[in-house]
Amino acid sequence: MLRRKPSSAAGANADNSAATADAANKRVRVDGDADVASAIVPAAESAHVVAQFVAEDGSTTGPPLDLPLNVTPDQLRILLNSLLKAEDDTPYSFFVNEEEVTETVHSAFAKQGLSSEVALQILYVPQAVFRVRAVTRCTSSMPGHSDSVTTVAFSPDGTRLASGSGDTTVRFWDVRTQTPEHTCTGHKHWVLAIAWSPDGKHVATADKNSQIYVWDAENGKAKCGPMTGHSSWVNWISWEPVHLNPECRRFATASKDGTVKIWDILQKRCLMTFAQHTNSVTCVKWGGEGLIYTASQDRTIKVWRVADGVMCRSLTGHAHWVNVMALSTDYVLRTGAFDHTGRAPATPEEAKTRALERYNAALAGGRERLVSGSDDFTMFLWDPSESKQPITRMTGHQQVVNHLSFSPDGRYITSASFDKSVKLWDGRTGKFICTFRGHVGPVYQVAWSADSRLCVSASKDSTMKVWDMASKHLKFDLPGHADEVFAVDWSPDGESVASGSRDTMVKIWRS
Amino acid sequence: MPQNEYIEQARKRHGYRMDHFERLRKREAREGHNRSEYAQNVTGLKAKLYNKKRHTEKIEMKKTIKMHQERSNKQKDDSAVPQGAVPAYLLDREGQSRAKVLSNMVKQKRKEKAGKWDVPLPKVRGIGESEVFRVVKTGKRKIKGWKRMVTKATFVGEGFTRKPPKYERFIRPMGLRFKKAHVTHPELSATFCLPIVGVKKNPQSPLYTQLGVITKGTIIEVNVSELGLVTQNGKVVWGKYAQVTNNPENDGCINAVLLV
Repeated sequence: MLRRKPSSAAGANADNSAATADAANKRVRVDGDADVASAIVPAAESAHVVAQFVAEDGSTTGPPLDLPLNVTPDQLRILLNSLLKAEDDTPYSFFVNEEEVTETVHSAFAKQGLSSEVALQILYVPQAVFRVRAVTRCTSSMPGHSDSVTTVAFSPDGTRLASGSGDTTVRFWDVRTQTPEHTCTGHKHWVLAIAWSPDGKHVATADKNSQIYVWDAENGKAKCGPMTGHSSWVNWISWEPVHLNPECRRFATASKDGTVKIWDILQKRCLMTFAQHTNSVTCVKWGGEGLIYTASQDRTIKVWRVADGVMCRSLTGHAHWVNVMALSTDYVLRTGAFDHTGRAPATPEEAKTRALERYNAALAGGRERLVSGSDDFTMFLWDPSESKQPITRMTGHQQVVNHLSFSPDGRYITSASFDKSVKLWDGRTGKFICTFRGHVGPVYQVAWSADSRLCVSASKDSTMKVWDMASKHLKFDLPGHADEVFAVDWSPDGESVASGSRDTMVKIWRS
Repeated sequence: MPQNEYIEQARKRHGYRMDHFERLRKREAREGHNRSEYAQNVTGLKAKLYNKKRHTEKIEMKKTIKMHQERSNKQKDDSAVPQGAVPAYLLDREGQSRAKVLSNMVKQKRKEKAGKWDVPLPKVRGIGESEVFRVVKTGKRKIKGWKRMVTKATFVGEGFTRKPPKYERFIRPMGLRFKKAHVTHPELSATFCLPIVGVKKNPQSPLYTQLGVITKGTIIEVNVSELGLVTQNGKVVWGKYAQVTNNPENDGCINAVLLV
């Protein structure tokens, strides 16, 4: 739907190659009497606008183009792909003044009352080439645990599921057949934290008696443990990323006793202890740049260098407990070398290079961003590897922020709060985008689909809800649990969602 | 002050006095009495010092006793795992009330059909019409007596308009009308002030039910939407039944307990 000259018929079907040629040698009409007519912004069919494609980093793509206003995102996509000379048809979403173009450019144009005299900047943002179908139904309820399920986690390749429960067991489930695989006993108290190593071979779990076990995912045997050292329960476990160390042997635990410990699964001992927090450490994240980020109830977030165990900086700003953190690279760090195609790397070296590739792709030239949510109802967006100052403070929630999640592409943040809402924020600037309302109880957890187009939230009201990022509305309601849903996870391959509830069930949901 | 070790020397030579141990025993037996007398009479700084000393002595004593009893004491069993596990993010929030999902649609419907309820107050005192209604004399000479005034608390629905005096047989006075009830959730043991939706059943008589008379034992329907209860299907429950547990006409408020 490109017109070379304003006088030619509107809506003519120009084919792709012609459009490219047109675009390439177009001289753009920006002055003269023709604009007097378009300045009035007449009906959509005949109006035109000078538009310029802009990439996310601010660079322009192609020359300014003269576009009819009724051009749709699909047509923009074809045009952009030909401008970029891309071999495959990459999906994009387009933004005019930070507002997404959903129907036509004209609708976005009219909504904001823009003038057609100025060149229109159309921001394009690449989308995932694959599409995750929204989960709609519960395909299996898996009984087995005899007390509430506190955590569930998918393996990085999405083939296995591990769940930790109040009955002191850790159970492994086969996701494909939706059957129990192994039951691991050893813990003496409620299992509170669970984390898969990014190579998918081990699972680290910790209980309320502060014992830590590492299980072999293949046979369900304890690889090492019980490892003791903490004097109070463990809140969070985070593994070292693959691209830093393809062996996957170290992980960090954050405990109520105010310390963070780093453990080695081959030496089966604690390597390092960070003890500068003065209150319970609620969350720990092992970043991709060799830094460990810890959030604590003493209102600070501390950044530690792993190489020498030195605290590099302490991020202050929160006025109450810091409950949770999320990294913009969480998804790639978690999945390591596994991508959506599901190919397993042959050697550790290959895993390392592939993980590094994916990590750099996720960073896209930027740096790791950290978002933290707190009991003071606010969130902060940080640039923890460089600065002590927050990028922005994100306010809006009316209750405790309990969970945060970066979308896999790092463009969005969702936050789950006890005020019964889920809020969507821009992942780069921290700007508020919209609120998802619908839950009637506190929202406990949120999880993203791998393509960043959907998000699922779990709540105390015993339901889960799937939210659509394009329409910014509720997509599906997933009732089924008989009690509070404590844990939810979307498998990295996007196939299924797992949830754990107080009613002792682990449920798997599929499309 | 004894000079030199003559006592020990004498004991070495001649042994103890024949009544030595008897006297010793008696002195020890008197010790408590003496101390008590001293403690009761001592005043001022000496009292302070004495009490301080005694306090530390007692602590010391208790500690020794405890140590001696260590083996026979019963130890708390740490191996038992408590039920009702919660995830790590809720562990520090234990104090906050944790509501259960309690509405069971099917059960409630079946009960409704049977008209039978397991209620906290199964039996109520019978209340006669003479107690509930007061005869209002009407007519120019005040000789007619067909009109009744309700003397108990009532619930009158939204948008109710009184009938013209000629047709109004039952008067429900404004002062005794109620819109809200204090409803206690038995499992949460928390009380909420909830709007009344209607009177489901007054066990005294169907007439009272019809009139919306609320007495002790009456089943009322309350609006629980603010409690955020959810059914199995994920729908929000907004109406639930509650039984009145007090005499509203005496207390000026309605207390009720939620039927779960």
